[in-house]
Amino acid sequence: MIAFLRNTWRGLTSMRTALTLLFLLALAALPGALLPQLSLNARKVDEYVAEKGWWGELLQKLGFFEVYATPWFAAIYLLLFTSLVGCLLPRTWEYFKQMRSKPVLTPRNLSRMPHHAQAELDITPEEAVDKARKVMRGWRMETGEGTVSAERGFLRETGNLVFHFALLGLLVSFALGKMFSYEGQVIVQADGGQFCNGGIFNYDSFRPGLRVDGTDLTPFCVEIGKFSAEYLENGQPVGYQADIRYQSGDDLASNTWKPYTLQVNHPLRTEGDRVYLLGHGYTPTFTVTFPNGEKRTQGIQWLPADQVTLASEGATKFDPPGITDSETRRKNQIAVTGLLAPTPLLHGGILNSKFPALDNPMVAVDVYRGDLGVDDGRGQSIFSIDQKMVEQGRLAKVARKNLALGEEIVLDDGTKVRFDSVNDWVSLQVSHDPTQIYVLAFAVLIILGLGVSLTVKRRRVWVRATRLDDGRTLVEVGGLARTDQAGYGEEFTRLARAVLNEEKS
Amino acid sequence: MPVNETLATYSDWLYRSALGVYLFAILLYAVEQAFARAPRKALVGASGPDVLVDEPKAELSRAERIGRMGAALTVLGAVLHLGSLVMRGLSAGRAPWGNMYEYMSLLCLAAVVTWIVLMAKFPIRRLGAFVLTPILVLLFLGGTVLYAESAPVQPALRSYWLVIHVSVISISSGVLLIPGVTSILYLLKDSKADRFPRLPSADVLDRMSYRTTVLAFPLFTAGIICGAIWAEAAWGRFWGWDPKETVAFVSWVVYAAYLHARATAGWRGRGAAWINVAGFALNVFNLFFINLVTTGLHSYAGL
Repeated sequence: MIAFLRNTWRGLTSMRTALTLLFLLALAALPGALLPQLSLNARKVDEYVAEKGWWGELLQKLGFFEVYATPWFAAIYLLLFTSLVGCLLPRTWEYFKQMRSKPVLTPRNLSRMPHHAQAELDITPEEAVDKARKVMRGWRMETGEGTVSAERGFLRETGNLVFHFALLGLLVSFALGKMFSYEGQVIVQADGGQFCNGGIFNYDSFRPGLRVDGTDLTPFCVEIGKFSAEYLENGQPVGYQADIRYQSGDDLASNTWKPYTLQVNHPLRTEGDRVYLLGHGYTPTFTVTFPNGEKRTQGIQWLPADQVTLASEGATKFDPPGITDSETRRKNQIAVTGLLAPTPLLHGGILNSKFPALDNPMVAVDVYRGDLGVDDGRGQSIFSIDQKMVEQGRLAKVARKNLALGEEIVLDDGTKVRFDSVNDWVSLQVSHDPTQIYVLAFAVLIILGLGVSLTVKRRRVWVRATRLDDGRTLVEVGGLARTDQAGYGEEFTRLARAVLNEEKS
Repeated sequence: MPVNETLATYSDWLYRSALGVYLFAILLYAVEQAFARAPRKALVGASGPDVLVDEPKAELSRAERIGRMGAALTVLGAVLHLGSLVMRGLSAGRAPWGNMYEYMSLLCLAAVVTWIVLMAKFPIRRLGAFVLTPILVLLFLGGTVLYAESAPVQPALRSYWLVIHVSVISISSGVLLIPGVTSILYLLKDSKADRFPRLPSADVLDRMSYRTTVLAFPLFTAGIICGAIWAEAAWGRFWGWDPKETVAFVSWVVYAAYLHARATAGWRGRGAAWINVAGFALNVFNLFFINLVTTGLHSYAGL
């Protein structure tokens, strides 16, 4: 039993196994780039599964749409992790042992070394040894009877160990990050809209880490002021920014606001959380005047359907006022849907957008009346109406028209729908990851360790001086690079020349 | 920011001239490869390049002289190529690696410069045709199919990290092109029947591959890490398994495997060479497939 465990451990920690595991890791990570992933785009996954039938379902069961969360992916990196630890422990032990040991004694036959040179000099062996010692200043050296053995490049192993331990540290920090981090997205209206990080329900979407239950979010509030965007003539955006105010920490109690300019690439960093400006769009505001004279005004974000021209689609929904009977109320709900063109381009009555900035915006609206189906308990998209209601005849299109700012449309029962104004909205992302600073530190160590271990060469030089019968001294120099890194030759040649010249030291 | 059209035009001219010069260099290299004597044994001994230092300056054969002209043309091409990038940058008023055309141009320049340095260190000049041909193909694709007018970049790319991350990744990928090619040559050379006596010894090819990979790997690592730092500022997380990130990770693992394979019995030589080729293939895949076929956060770096 012990023998079995020992053999398993040895097998697991051998280089060959590590290599196999590296391949497996590479292979297992690839589907994540080739197949749609739930974490990146859940809608695409659904489309893919629907399109591929049983094959798609099989892939889904095997976790191919969330590769990095599957047990088989975890198994590979955990095994690799273990293998790495098993490899590193004995190496670290060996490292400290070697650090205290002396350079290896000079071998008997130096001419067998990969690098070798010799000369007969008119100096005594002692002088030759002295000279060699001077030439190899800075090397770890051991002088024997007429010999010098020197060693250099210990940093290589240091760098190598630093690299591998930093890799372990990075993996651990990354894993911890997955436990305690969270990420949420929310759309906030510009010109006064506020968001407070008080709980999950303030977000439009929220992705918690495994140990985050949403009760302990970092408290802070942001208020969006003016949003501005700059575009090239072809509609390509040049820059976005939102002037915001925020309060966090002690400012919350004293209710003081600090200003900040939120830009792409320049998130707000406060109290360990980060707030990003991800995107923006438009909110049209409509006023509905009901036949009884009562007015309702609403502005809700529409979703950019075209990322270049920002032609946006959405649905602004109204409840008729003053009707207590839910049956009647449900028959008279109103939805204004359609297309918003920030810079309109009319072509035969069909509205489209030609530029993303606001320039006398227009909307092409379809007004629906009837039961929106918002009361049936199911959630529905804020960007569209429930098509089932239309199919069932419970919601009917009652008017269609292009509206410029201030224009209105009158329905058959005298209800008026006016297009009032357009405002900006911004989509924000809040991210919280307490361990990312450690990941960064380990990443820096990784680069340092790697750089050192791949540039420093571990090499040895031996010198032996023997007195010859004619009174001269035979000086031999042998060299060996301890690593498979080639390119030791030039340095050796230089050293050998310095040791073997006729000058006395 | 207005684009300076004159400089942009100069840049395009220089780009085309560089391509022409490279093409001519390839022809000259090919002549040397085809007609020069096979490499002498002394040059390919175990101690490799060290011996070169003491190589007697024997009379050059005509083929060798032509090969030297090829090398000189390569340097000229690299100068023109560099000029084209500089003009591009000046015309758009930003770092000249903001779209796929410019990225590939920088990548190829890094590969050419690496090759020039290697030519000075190893007796491998005549292999120029094998190395420059894939570079020329990339440059040609870049200059035709993927060509993009000089223009400013999107808001997300307006960061000094564009200067750091993209250049480091591009340069390291360019350097990694060289071991990709020499590893393929190694696999051709290192068979029992020496069917390609005109190639340098397997040992020289292996060492060249190793030394360039060892140079590029830390650079590539640094490039990925810079990308992560930028992603943290731009996208809200430092790592999110975006397709480009994933394939970069995979090729990083493959190159790590290459370095380990060279220290593992049974994997040295052919095994390691295959791994290096796989790493190179992944880089090409990452450049083309991920940019052009899949959609991810890196997509704007496309055309």
